[in-house]
Amino acid sequence: MNIVVCVKQVPDTWSEKRLNDEDNTLDRAATDPVMNEMDEYAVEEALRIKEMHGGEVTVLCMGPDAATETVRKSLSMGVDKAIHVLDEGLHGSDALATSLVLSAALGTLADSGGFDLVVLGSESSDARMSVVPAMLAERLGLPQLTFAKEVSIDAADGGGGTVTIKRLTDDGYQVIEASLPAVVSVVEKINEPRYPSFKGIMAAKKKPVDTKSLADLGVESADVGLGGAWSAVESFETAPPRQAGTIVTDEGDGASKLAEFLASKKFI
Amino acid sequence: MTDVDASDLPAGARLSDELESLRKTVEEFAHDVVAPTIADFYEREAFPYEIVRQMGQMGLFGLPFPEEYGGMGGNYFALCIALEELARVDSSVAITLEAAVSLGAMPIYRFGTEEQKREWLPRLCSGELLGAFGLTEPGGGSDAGATLTRARLDGDEWLISGTKAFITNSGTDITGLVTVTAVTGELPDGRKEISSIIVPSATPGFTVSKKYSKVGWNASDTRELSFTDVRVPAANLLGERGRGYAQFLSILDEGRIAIAALGVGLAQGCVDESVKYATTREAFGRPIGDNQAIAFKVADMEVRAHTARLAYYDAAARMLRGEPFKRQAAIAKLYSSEIAVTNAREATQVHGGYGFMNEYPVARMWRDSKILEIGEGTSEVQRMLIARDLGL
Repeated sequence: MNIVVCVKQVPDTWSEKRLNDEDNTLDRAATDPVMNEMDEYAVEEALRIKEMHGGEVTVLCMGPDAATETVRKSLSMGVDKAIHVLDEGLHGSDALATSLVLSAALGTLADSGGFDLVVLGSESSDARMSVVPAMLAERLGLPQLTFAKEVSIDAADGGGGTVTIKRLTDDGYQVIEASLPAVVSVVEKINEPRYPSFKGIMAAKKKPVDTKSLADLGVESADVGLGGAWSAVESFETAPPRQAGTIVTDEGDGASKLAEFLASKKFI
Repeated sequence: MTDVDASDLPAGARLSDELESLRKTVEEFAHDVVAPTIADFYEREAFPYEIVRQMGQMGLFGLPFPEEYGGMGGNYFALCIALEELARVDSSVAITLEAAVSLGAMPIYRFGTEEQKREWLPRLCSGELLGAFGLTEPGGGSDAGATLTRARLDGDEWLISGTKAFITNSGTDITGLVTVTAVTGELPDGRKEISSIIVPSATPGFTVSKKYSKVGWNASDTRELSFTDVRVPAANLLGERGRGYAQFLSILDEGRIAIAALGVGLAQGCVDESVKYATTREAFGRPIGDNQAIAFKVADMEVRAHTARLAYYDAAARMLRGEPFKRQAAIAKLYSSEIAVTNAREATQVHGGYGFMNEYPVARMWRDSKILEIGEGTSEVQRMLIARDLGL
């Protein structure tokens, strides 16, 4: 069972984010970079599947030099090896370009036995579009199973088999099954990611990281980056500071005042 | 400028990439797992089993031990880095780890037979079991030669009787053993012969009293233990008979560096909390940190934490290089514990009335700081060691 997990480095989720004045892209230097939280769940799920079914877990990361930190963290958690797509031409890439690069990188694995499953976090905490998993599946021509809160694998001998997920919806969940290989995105309900152990941290040093440029992947630089983006940020404004809330004083009628407030906001 | 070889420079406070990764991992764990839940355990004086279980999963209890015994293949300095990061957020979990590793498992690793190591270390390294070290008695702490607990060989068993006081990790549901120091005879010069013996939990005659009500470290487990004709196999002797005194002196030398790391963590936690508070709390129309009286206080706190860190890094480096480190360990322990008390007092002052409220982390730090000047050698004992080492 060969599993590839796509991971992204993002600005610290809890910090205030800023955009660059020159090109309206995210100012990555302004905040501490961290591994996208949802991707930690994806890595954890891949490691659990490996623990049950054997095989190998590879992380695939597209990002600047500093994203090495995120690659190393994945390896410390127990991932076997990594592919880091690193190219200056990638700056400003949108979701379409990202999915193009990730699919090209996955294509290069065909020589080394391919993959049975691709796992992604269902969204990144910076862009929050949740579209890359679907775009990637489409580009690869594989089934997409998104927003999984539970994943189970029925591996067939000699490759293939099926994957079944519980797909989180607003009302409950749907059970979806597909043949392998397939693309799965996970939500944070799925598991509790492990912390790297010191042994894992030491072992990560010796694990292979394959750095690839756009040329290595056969991707034209015109199709990625700011120039190749199908969407552009025209302008931006910082969010206005939060307004003071309404204070309800209970003078025996607190409950009905709360109900009135909720009704006026159409919550009830 | 001539080229400088990095090996000619002091290492300072820089960590290798691997230790920095470990530090960040423990920092994240302390922030995400310990910080949100520990106050409740502290208030109820309850042992945080779930947190300890997760620390075990991360391999923290096995940090300084080789992989063949279930350890992480790190060293004592790696343990200190983890202790500092935990203590930045909470000292109860930090002392639980410190005592379990440096007092519980370390004597077995250092002095145990191969059988003893194989029997105990894998479960101690995984955090499945905690070990404790029974040295202090109700009538004597620093004066270890005043030991009253006795053990005599009766056939192929030790028969142990006596009482131990203030023993960390000795009464949890997962405590596996207590290593007890006991008088096993008299030396030719009339001094006591002291030996260490492993007593598994639940051995008949070994009673764990209820928890002490403490000023601080309230989510850690501290008990008085009594031994009434406790029988354990003769093979439970740890190391050579009569070497108990020398053994615990060497264990305590190392332990001082770990306690220093705990002190630095607490002192740094005081800085963290004070910066957070001083930049958000407003008085007279501006954040209180805009006032020099507060800003300088916080700057001084950072100076103390940083210098204390350098002291324990140095002591740990000497120890791991196999050089004499007794004086440096005493300096690090003395200085770190005293500045932890100072920083906790100042952080409380920065917080004003809120600092006196138990719900604020600095109140917990204030309560937790004092014991650092007492445990594993009081400040007075440290000064005595330093002075003696200077030939006084």
